[in-house]
Amino acid sequence: MKARIKITLKAGVLDPQGKAIQNALGALGFEGVNDVRQGKYIEVDVAGMSEEKARAEVDRMCRDLLANTVIENYSYELAP
Amino acid sequence: MLRASVIVFPGSNCDRDVKTALEAITGFPVKMVWHGDASVPASDLIVLPGGFSYGDYLRCGAMAAHSPIMRDVIAKAKAGTPVLGICNGFQILCESGLLPGVLMRNASLRFICRDVHLKVETDKTFFTSCYRKGEVIRVPIAHAEGNYFADAETLDRLEGEGQVVFRYSDGEGNVSAETSPNGAQRNIAGITDSKGRILGMMPHPERLYEKMLGGTDGRRIFESALLSAVAAMS
Repeated sequence: MKARIKITLKAGVLDPQGKAIQNALGALGFEGVNDVRQGKYIEVDVAGMSEEKARAEVDRMCRDLLANTVIENYSYELAP
Repeated sequence: MLRASVIVFPGSNCDRDVKTALEAITGFPVKMVWHGDASVPASDLIVLPGGFSYGDYLRCGAMAAHSPIMRDVIAKAKAGTPVLGICNGFQILCESGLLPGVLMRNASLRFICRDVHLKVETDKTFFTSCYRKGEVIRVPIAHAEGNYFADAETLDRLEGEGQVVFRYSDGEGNVSAETSPNGAQRNIAGITDSKGRILGMMPHPERLYEKMLGGTDGRRIFESALLSAVAAMS
């Protein structure tokens, strides 16, 4: 099964890359863009375990490596 | 006597510079230790050098923090072995949890390579005993991710416990938002652990340790380490 993991910056953490993207969107003529926040999307294919076990494993992957919880939040969904 | 080990990660590029500086300043040979090794030889100082370990994949320092050698570096650091992390080494120290906080992309989004002024905030650490508190030194930075971030509670604790070692300042020691090259919270350029034995800093002291390089202000980091190590032996 596949874990689809989203990693986003916590609220209150400045995102200069998001700001640069927002400025670029403005320069392209897109109006009404209030804010842009950039994150990461990671797919992890896990096999040979129950859904419950997979959740526990993916959670630990996020905490130990994939996200830096000082500045980032993570969420994920499992898909067959 | 100073037994120093420099950890070499794939993508490290200041490892030989810091070896050269250490050997020239202390007079003792420095061991180079590969990231895939299981243990660091008995050392009075471990250095995590600058560079782009693992190509900065995922986050700067994130992969290196979990490389095989780091298990032993973390164990030895927790047992009291002094550790110096320079630039990417600072990022690795934060990612491995030996120091709090994280180094984010520079506020300008640019890679910045130039000399900066630093205000020395404490001489009560293993690495700064040869400086004077309040003194201003000039050392180069070369990074795109040196924007130090930690939550307000952590920053207050670091300041309260004297763990902020260097701040970006002007030549007179004035610290303001204008004197921060990268947007670092409270102009933080370097911090230590609570015992003053693990130092992480973005500037590169090994790049200004003798006159031929254009300055000597970085030299006393290594002289302090030598004197502190010798003092601990006697």
